Amino acid sequence: MKEFTQHTGIAAPLDRANVDTDMIIPKQFLKSIKRAGFGPNLFDELRYMDEGQPDQDCSGRPLNPDFVLNQSRYQGTSVLLARENFGCGSSREHAPWALDDFGIRVVIAPSFADIFYNNCFKNGLLPIVLPEAQVDQLFHEVDATEGYQLTVDLERQVVVTPSGESFVFEVDAFRKHCLLNGLDDIGLTLQHADEIKAYEARRRQEAPWLFGAIK
Amino acid sequence: MAGKTLYDKLWDAHLVRQNDDGSALIYIDRQILHEVTSPQAFEGLRLAGRKPWRIDTNLATPDHNVPTTERAGGVDQIIDPVSRIQVKTLDANCDEFGITEFKMNDQRQGIVHVVGPEQGMTLPGTTVVCGDSHTSTHGAFGALAHGIGTSEVEHVLATQCLIAKKMKNMLVRVDGELGAGVTAKDVVLHIIGVIGTAGGTGYAVEFGGSAIRSISMEGRMTICNMAIEAGARVGLVAVDDATVEYFRGRPFSPSAEQWDAAAAAWKELVSDADARFDTVVEIKAEEIQPQVTWGTSPEMVAPISALVPNPAAESDPVKADGIRRALQYMGLTADQKITDIQLDRVFIGSCTNSRIEDLRAAAEVVKGRKVAATVKQALVVPGSGLVKAQAEAEGLDKIFIDAGLEWREPGCSMCLAMNPDKLGQGEHCASTSNRNFEGRQGFGGRTHLVSPAMAAAAAVAGHFVDVREMMQ
Repeated sequence: MKEFTQHTGIAAPLDRANVDTDMIIPKQFLKSIKRAGFGPNLFDELRYMDEGQPDQDCSGRPLNPDFVLNQSRYQGTSVLLARENFGCGSSREHAPWALDDFGIRVVIAPSFADIFYNNCFKNGLLPIVLPEAQVDQLFHEVDATEGYQLTVDLERQVVVTPSGESFVFEVDAFRKHCLLNGLDDIGLTLQHADEIKAYEARRRQEAPWLFGAIK
Repeated sequence: MAGKTLYDKLWDAHLVRQNDDGSALIYIDRQILHEVTSPQAFEGLRLAGRKPWRIDTNLATPDHNVPTTERAGGVDQIIDPVSRIQVKTLDANCDEFGITEFKMNDQRQGIVHVVGPEQGMTLPGTTVVCGDSHTSTHGAFGALAHGIGTSEVEHVLATQCLIAKKMKNMLVRVDGELGAGVTAKDVVLHIIGVIGTAGGTGYAVEFGGSAIRSISMEGRMTICNMAIEAGARVGLVAVDDATVEYFRGRPFSPSAEQWDAAAAAWKELVSDADARFDTVVEIKAEEIQPQVTWGTSPEMVAPISALVPNPAAESDPVKADGIRRALQYMGLTADQKITDIQLDRVFIGSCTNSRIEDLRAAAEVVKGRKVAATVKQALVVPGSGLVKAQAEAEGLDKIFIDAGLEWREPGCSMCLAMNPDKLGQGEHCASTSNRNFEGRQGFGGRTHLVSPAMAAAAAVAGHFVDVREMMQ
């Protein structure tokens, strides 16, 4: 997995609550059997005026001028500011894949949906929860200042604004460790193979009907 | 010491390892695979040279992409080349890794969340995962079930475990008696309206109370299915006699020799009387009416007798803006009657409402009636080949066809428009599915979530109508 330590980049405000994963990457693009290449279709229905198709060249499609990521001042955005319950809905990991492929490294919101939040960490993308008032402040600042950049330091667990103000965020110790070091979850779990086997031996005694039934 | 909740018991029974940092390794008894969220997981295994840890915990079936029209030509005849490759990839991966799969033209094929319980793959006391958020469905049987992402699908294939953190406990207690014409779907839509689309985030939600206990196993599946629409990855209902009886004689259920021991273990799967919940929500069954969503989030829901809300009456500016945006997308006006919403299409199906009882409820409403001339299309899509066969044995297909509805092959169909069944731009659909997000059922499509009986009534009337008026 890609590691995440520190990042500084342009922030863009996506000012709506309950942004669902259908909105982040619409269903027709889920037909791909790859992990990469979803970036041009990130927020497809908000971003373009027409209906997108898989494997289509998006360079000539009509852009929605009102959509924040299409505005010239937000070109190169890598930090997305969002509202509450970001990433709700479907479990599709294509959502963090699309954000990552587009170049987003950090999403900051007052709250995230559980599955999306979890999926981000598997892909080197950092979701940060800040109190609503602080997120509001960032929305105002980014709106007021063209070229507004945020710095995120995972080791210190802070978001730093251009004026030097910093906001502390919480992150689960295990997830932080994995992200800082770009660790592969599966490899870590397999270090406990003996414990898994011991559990299975117990389970086979207690619930033998769960073994060998599906064939 | 306080007693344990059902969730606590399921968690404890699957704990392989508790780490000091709060994370844990939990064992997964069952994984269901489908074509959309598994290809990258299998590819990951191949790239790392890993094999599945345990083959006999996995079951696969294609559902999201499959066409629901005639498909005797097999996978090669799927018109959309990208869908065809995805279904073929699932077949090839299952063949390569030796995973049991009900392929597209197997009679046991269907929507993952219909097939799992139907086969007795899902069982009380199991942990069930699938790369699909509606895996919460299986909690109806006292199973700890939730959706996962593709990286976790790969993780479970490779290790039979998940890295997890314990959730909080919420109890939603629905006491009293549900009125005639008020179904499990109305109960869960009402609950989502009360707690909100993020109200259950971070929680495992147990649905209890006398009204829940009176609901059939299929209805309980409908309720747990939509726990995720309230933000809760996990929905649960305690095991009772109905739960145990449901599994008698199913293909992957315990054998006759194992049955008594299994049934005895399952009956322990209830929250203790002195269990402590972090949050308790109480709802009176009598207050629940048939529900219709008017907006673009499942929490944007109202009783059939209500008016579409007015953003001017909302004090929270972010919420008011959400209502305004939703009304614009949905082509509705503030304060208009829900019963004045005209429908272009009707969809009866999806993992929420495509089981035999759902089809019976819809058939009862349309029997001897006709779909309104203004409705362009009304689809009935059974949840599995076995549900389809059962419905046909009962003559339900005839009732639907006589009334002017289309009778289809099993799959996810119009719930998410990954296959040819979709809405056109601006079209309103009465849908028994679970999500009314923008574009969910097709680009620019407008979804209204309802129960099967309400969808059937809307098909006949051409607009929303209180199904109870048609039942007299």
